[in-house]
Amino acid sequence: MTVTRTDTVDTIDARALLLAIGRDRDKAAFAALFAYYAPRLKSYMRKLGADDAAAEEVAQEALLAIWRKAHLYDPAKAAASTWIFAVARNMRIDLIRRERRPELDPDDPALVPDADPRADDQVGARQREALVREAIRQLPPEQAEVVRLSFYEEKPHAEIAEVLQLPLGTVKSRLRLAFRKVRMALGDDVE
Amino acid sequence: MNRILHHPGDDLLVAYAAGSLDEGLSLMVATHLALCPECRSRVAAAEAMGGALVADMAPAPMADDALDALLARLDEPEPAPPPPARPRPAYDARTRAVVPEPLRSYLSASLDTLPWRSMGPFVRSVELPVSGAKARLFRIKPGAAMPQHSHNGMEYTLVLAGGFSDEVGSFARGDVACADQTLLHQPVADPGEPCLCLAVTDAPLRFTGVVPRLMQPFFGI
Repeated sequence: MTVTRTDTVDTIDARALLLAIGRDRDKAAFAALFAYYAPRLKSYMRKLGADDAAAEEVAQEALLAIWRKAHLYDPAKAAASTWIFAVARNMRIDLIRRERRPELDPDDPALVPDADPRADDQVGARQREALVREAIRQLPPEQAEVVRLSFYEEKPHAEIAEVLQLPLGTVKSRLRLAFRKVRMALGDDVE
Repeated sequence: MNRILHHPGDDLLVAYAAGSLDEGLSLMVATHLALCPECRSRVAAAEAMGGALVADMAPAPMADDALDALLARLDEPEPAPPPPARPRPAYDARTRAVVPEPLRSYLSASLDTLPWRSMGPFVRSVELPVSGAKARLFRIKPGAAMPQHSHNGMEYTLVLAGGFSDEVGSFARGDVACADQTLLHQPVADPGEPCLCLAVTDAPLRFTGVVPRLMQPFFGI
């Protein structure tokens, strides 16, 4: 088997790598982040229906955007995997759908601020990542399927219901149950 | 600030986090998020799910030279950000207070000087430039009723000022009303200030009264 520099690695400290890139423009850290994330982002884009070349291109451009924006990553606000996911998601909308993604402006005076700002701390954001992964792994299969389809199929839930040959209400309630478990694992207020 | 009682469903928030909503629906959700810290927290949780799913993906090998090609580009100067799609008008104070981003940037002018189209004596509307679903601002006189209608697809309405009530409930600033093809409804604007709302539909409304049906081609809705 040919060993290439892009052979995948199983585990990384993406948070430390992002911080090293943002702070020091550390190319070794970038190569390590690439080795883990480029093949996974490509795989994600393939799931979303991109062909091999397009999936590779979006993964490449997402990694380049991550290099350029790493100084904006705030480990107190989001886990590294969450931030990387959001950059790649937006890159796909930009490159493949060629649409704009409307997003709120956190500095807009018209924005209603959080009533009770959660005590942001870095350990919290890191724990969130592990908690969400564990919560997803423990979902019953039928709930996990709806969660995965929500992210891997660029379809409204009505079409996901058709694919699964289930009533729309069933799909929505499975998603709601799964989402509730994830939010409970995060310690969110779940009424 | 009133407490928001009507939120977009989890399906919509997760779809926004996943990036699978079109521009019009994304605009509605993102503008609601600006007004609703609770849903911001939900979207953050949904994005964390996306991050966890990607981190757990089975890797698809990249081309052998992919990393070298990218390393060679790291020191390239960053391209200038694209110019905004439309020139940003100078919005007046009321528009800045009532219409949060990202919706504000979709307005070609302040609220009072938008190219409103009259839809009868009580309702004015202006269409917003989005791809996908149709997005419009509505301005309804206090106490006025919208023509009774149902929908071929889904209609989502985000209230920005004033409020309205229909068979489902009462909706005020920040609330999102969601109507599907099974709902025949007749929203009535609350008394007081005019009701300003963003409505996003993925199919034309179907008016059910005789007169509104005749007027439908005229309204173009």
